[in-house]
Amino acid sequence: MNQDSTKISLTNRSKMVSNKKMTLIERFYLPAIFKGMSITMSHFFRKETTIQYPEVKRPFSDIYRGLHVLKLDDEGRERCTACGLCALSCPAEAITMIAAERKEDEKQLYREEKYASVYEINMLRCIFCGDCETACPKEAIFLTNRIVPSEYKRTNFIYGKDVLVEKADARVDVSKRQTPEVLEFKKDKTKSHNK
Amino acid sequence: MDMTFVIYKLILCVVILLLSLVIAMYATLAERKIAGFFQDRLGPNRAGTFGLLQPVADGLKLFMKEEFMPANADKILYIMGPSLTMLVALLSSAVIPWGGSLIIAGKEFALQVADINIGVLYVFAVISIGVYGIMIGGWASNNKYALMGAVRAASQMISYELAMSMSIVTIVMTTGSLSLNEIVAQQHGMNWNVFTQPIGFVVFVICAFAETNRAPFDLPECETELIGGYHTEYSSMKLGFYLFSEYINMFISSAMIASLYFGGYNFPFMDDLGLSHNMITIIGTVVLFAKISFFGFLFMWIRWTLPRFRYDQLMRFGWKGLLPWAIANMIITGFISLLIKNNFFAFLTK
Repeated sequence: MNQDSTKISLTNRSKMVSNKKMTLIERFYLPAIFKGMSITMSHFFRKETTIQYPEVKRPFSDIYRGLHVLKLDDEGRERCTACGLCALSCPAEAITMIAAERKEDEKQLYREEKYASVYEINMLRCIFCGDCETACPKEAIFLTNRIVPSEYKRTNFIYGKDVLVEKADARVDVSKRQTPEVLEFKKDKTKSHNK
Repeated sequence: MDMTFVIYKLILCVVILLLSLVIAMYATLAERKIAGFFQDRLGPNRAGTFGLLQPVADGLKLFMKEEFMPANADKILYIMGPSLTMLVALLSSAVIPWGGSLIIAGKEFALQVADINIGVLYVFAVISIGVYGIMIGGWASNNKYALMGAVRAASQMISYELAMSMSIVTIVMTTGSLSLNEIVAQQHGMNWNVFTQPIGFVVFVICAFAETNRAPFDLPECETELIGGYHTEYSSMKLGFYLFSEYINMFISSAMIASLYFGGYNFPFMDDLGLSHNMITIIGTVVLFAKISFFGFLFMWIRWTLPRFRYDQLMRFGWKGLLPWAIANMIITGFISLLIKNNFFAFLTK
């Protein structure tokens, strides 16, 4: 062991600790203080790293996993059929829903006979993993690059359909998240949840 | 004593009082801004443009806070602590010459509240009282952290006062006067004391840092060890007084450094500009405030550069570092001035 005294260093920044006596100049500390002051002064004129949040926003990745959206199809009907796979796949158990049967006069509102009359996501529980999106067989739920704003009350963090469903006149673009791989995966009907 | 003199002095008192308060107020903003810039941040910038209303907001916040008094605190001393600190902080501004003199309608008005012939002694006396405000506040709080901070403050301030006095004694030796006005007047033009007393200057500046309880000598407060030290139990405007008086002390210390070592209101080539007496005085006052701002900046610059001393290091530095240097400086200065007096250097000029 001892013959190989060369130290293994991953960064080449490690320094030997020494207890040597300080020289006279070092004991005056003033050169070291001036050195420190020049370092702080160099930071004084450096560009600030602050991002002034509400006015300026940090650029997000195209596939950022933020606030969810419940998509409408091309004719403006809700895609969600309240199958419950998203709730089942959710590791944080943040999603709850109540299913209802579509009435005869609601065909322009819901795409299939069953729909979610209540669909709630608790944003305090949600860990934004995106498993709900992966699980969804109907391409109804997606995560977007919007972020959940802060609130004063905990109850305000339970988002209902009024917030989650996209508006027909203000569609949310999720095409960036639907990469070819995702679409290919969703076509694979051997996976039980894609049926 | 005629009436105009009394009125003039009253006006000057009020102006200087307000000026120190406003400057201390904006020193808090400057401190936070400069701290931000040193740490690649922006500092407060929401209240008003460039955060200019931030000190007002801070003051308002402190006024709105609950007036808290610990159950077992000494009621009278508890209130006396911050009051005394504030009083002492404001007192020493009386003898600092803020400028030359203005000649209005044939009368000369000196820009100094009290030109007493023992100005330097007065400043020493006031600084020495300064420790009582902290000591009384820490004692009256009936809190072990506050007491610890107060004890630290007392021993630190007494230790560093010695070296500070020694460094000023050398100034008194070279100028031959205890009057601050006389000391500043002798540094006319560019004959600043810093060139003849560099060691004294360094010792004085370090001691000024220790006397104002600023980093790296902020052991009485040190929020990481003593939860705020002597003002742990204080809230509302009493706490505000303690925090505020630190900035006033900083302002006065900067003014003292500028007056004693950097020529006060004197500036180079002041006789060659061909300006009127009043004009020179006004420029001199502006120059003095520029010097004060620089030293104020130095206070903050040091604070955001150096870490806090350990307590034994602090004591060793004060007693075994600064004091011997100050005494050696005094002896050398005395020796050389004696030689000059006896024309020992006459052979050099022959």
